[in-house]
Amino acid sequence: MSALKIEQGTSKHSAYDLRSNYADVNERHTLAVVVENEPGVLARVVGLFSGRGYNIESLTVAEIDHQGHRSRITIVTSGTPQIIEQIKAQLGRIVVVHDVHDLTVEGPSVERELALFKVTGEGEKRVEALRLADIFRANVVDSTLKSFTFEITGTPEKIDAFADLMRPLGLQEVARTGVAALARGPL
Amino acid sequence: MTAMTGAKMVVQALKDQGVEVVFGYPGGAVLPIYDEIFQQNEIRHILVRHEQAAVHAAEGYARSTGRPGVVLVTSGPGATNAVTGLTDALMDSIPIVVLTGQVPTFMIGTDAFQEADTVGITRPCTKHNWLVSDTDSLSDVLHQAFHVARSGRPGPVLVDIPKDVQFASGSYVAPQAAKTSHYQPRRKGDPDRIAELVAAIEAAERPIFYTGGGVINSGPAASQLLRELVDATGIPVTSTLMGLGAYPGSGPNWLGMLGMHGLYEANLAMHDCDLMINIGARFDDRITGRIQDFSPNSRKAHIDIDPSSINKVIRVDIPIVGDVAHVLEDVLRVWKSRGRRTERDALAKWRARIDEWRRVDCLAFRQEGPTIKPQYAVARLEALTKGRDRYICTEVGQHQMWAAQYIRFEEPNRWMTSGGLGTMGYGFPSSIGVQMAHPDALVINVAGEASWLMNMQELGTATQYRLPVKQFILNNERLGMVRQWQQLLHGERYSHSWSESLPDFVKLAEAFGAKGIQCKDPADLDDAIMEMIKHDGPVVFDCLVEKHENCFPMIPSGEPHNKMILGDASTSDAIGAKGAVLV
Repeated sequence: MSALKIEQGTSKHSAYDLRSNYADVNERHTLAVVVENEPGVLARVVGLFSGRGYNIESLTVAEIDHQGHRSRITIVTSGTPQIIEQIKAQLGRIVVVHDVHDLTVEGPSVERELALFKVTGEGEKRVEALRLADIFRANVVDSTLKSFTFEITGTPEKIDAFADLMRPLGLQEVARTGVAALARGPL
Repeated sequence: MTAMTGAKMVVQALKDQGVEVVFGYPGGAVLPIYDEIFQQNEIRHILVRHEQAAVHAAEGYARSTGRPGVVLVTSGPGATNAVTGLTDALMDSIPIVVLTGQVPTFMIGTDAFQEADTVGITRPCTKHNWLVSDTDSLSDVLHQAFHVARSGRPGPVLVDIPKDVQFASGSYVAPQAAKTSHYQPRRKGDPDRIAELVAAIEAAERPIFYTGGGVINSGPAASQLLRELVDATGIPVTSTLMGLGAYPGSGPNWLGMLGMHGLYEANLAMHDCDLMINIGARFDDRITGRIQDFSPNSRKAHIDIDPSSINKVIRVDIPIVGDVAHVLEDVLRVWKSRGRRTERDALAKWRARIDEWRRVDCLAFRQEGPTIKPQYAVARLEALTKGRDRYICTEVGQHQMWAAQYIRFEEPNRWMTSGGLGTMGYGFPSSIGVQMAHPDALVINVAGEASWLMNMQELGTATQYRLPVKQFILNNERLGMVRQWQQLLHGERYSHSWSESLPDFVKLAEAFGAKGIQCKDPADLDDAIMEMIKHDGPVVFDCLVEKHENCFPMIPSGEPHNKMILGDASTSDAIGAKGAVLV
């Protein structure tokens, strides 16, 4: 009878790793999920992602139709094409999910994220921070003699770029909302 | 709309939904509902001895009737004990409605006595669940719960009802007047895809039908249409564990079960086919073995009502989302209208090849010596009970596989087994649910002694309600399947896979007021089985069998279908390092 000799690293080859014959390229997708706004609906969606091992890169949620009790959840996720299809199908079978839209594949879309940056500094660094904020069209929403709080809206990449620039200038804190997204065009 | 208390509404809604039986266990947070149950005679309540058993009994009821099973339990431990059954029903797509009591709304979140976050705990193990916060919405939620449990891919739902909601009055809406749910899964398949499938059937040289529990869940019409399609085309058919009975075991095109412990001819046909038509199955890992080598040269069609089942593990060429009965009806109609064509000569060759595999006779065993072989016990049970109005339940393990291999199912809804979750302890309570639905039928639970002990308290239920369920226990004093894997995989180190202090099953049965039979001599077996069948009441049959028998054929985990092992001779190094980490 064979002794149990598991090669180094093979323990991650669990039953969940049986998909390897498919394209292994990760894609980033933005999904818009319209749901019935009832208690626990966000937990259902988030629980699906954690329970099945999918990624959530960002998530925003708010009620968009107060009379109809509809909320829109915008999820940025990543995975192989097959995983993305699976995520959409799994979301679609949640009983309180009305619609699942993959904005990444359903034609052009706009994506925006809002972020607040707190930057502290004095002298030339403080001036430079303000100058860069102007270039990025960030607004100053709070200031003291030693700090600024900037509000910036844009694509996640733009916000990342702004964060990179602010870091050497005294970046203290960041709050980001996650992505809100809509398809372009009339409908 | 009629005004009534929440508790009364529950009973009214159950009646309006056509519920005849409720399996349950009372407790503080459901007392108002139990009070209403006491004051009526239309709905029968079956008092189980553990909430897990209530859910399995409801599953047995649902699987054998096609109607949702209903469970009523209390808050806290009542609800948490139901979790295994809910998960089991979710994995096997069984429609059940579980009603749980909850502490009053004003106490939720205070860590009250017997409080648990029931909807939170059961969210991942139900198809949907609800916490009802006011009595006015209660009847609507209950009707929706039945709708969701039944519709699309069936599954378990749970309604959590706080005690103050049960006491308060509100207006009751009848099912017809209830809010219509937007949840309406698609039933008809895409006509273009169906035409594509028909064309594939016409051109296939080595086709095979691979059917699953979806055929059973779709209803009796689906099984009828499957039989018609299979027999009209002459295409061989195999089935998963869950789908047994959809096509008759005595049918001319039947290959037997496929998968890890499936038949040699079924698995080899799956591996070598050029067209695989999956009907209501889900490419489970027990079926596929190594994904990369799964049926490498076939086109694959997949009919499933759940879009998330399609392309989940195996990429298919012809996906058809829809209800099995609806889709098969269309497939048959289109195939007939196009002239009922198949590649007859190629099919004949294919069947001849399958017949060669059949001649391997992979289920052969030799009953010799003074000890009963478990295969022999199941084969004799089959021989002595076939043709009767019979329902078979099982627990989980070797005995389950032997039952699936040696018992022939002629009709759907006659086979209750825990396939997806593999729940030891499922069979006995399930047999109680089946017997409740079919009082005059012969209901047999083929069990192993270890599984059976997990819910043996239900002997109390069986005797209280005079349910003549037959517990056919293959007693090898081992956790047989665990022992088999330890032998094949862990150097014969049998870590905790045997029971050192088993009860005397005959005395145990008698202690509960049931009949106990023990049999250890192969020569006595037939008489003992007949004694069991003839006894009008619950029987515990302790069948002492060979202790070290392994279950074959077997696809070792991590291996493809054509690497099956057939018997003890070829088991050394059967499972490689990569397979060893799979379950």
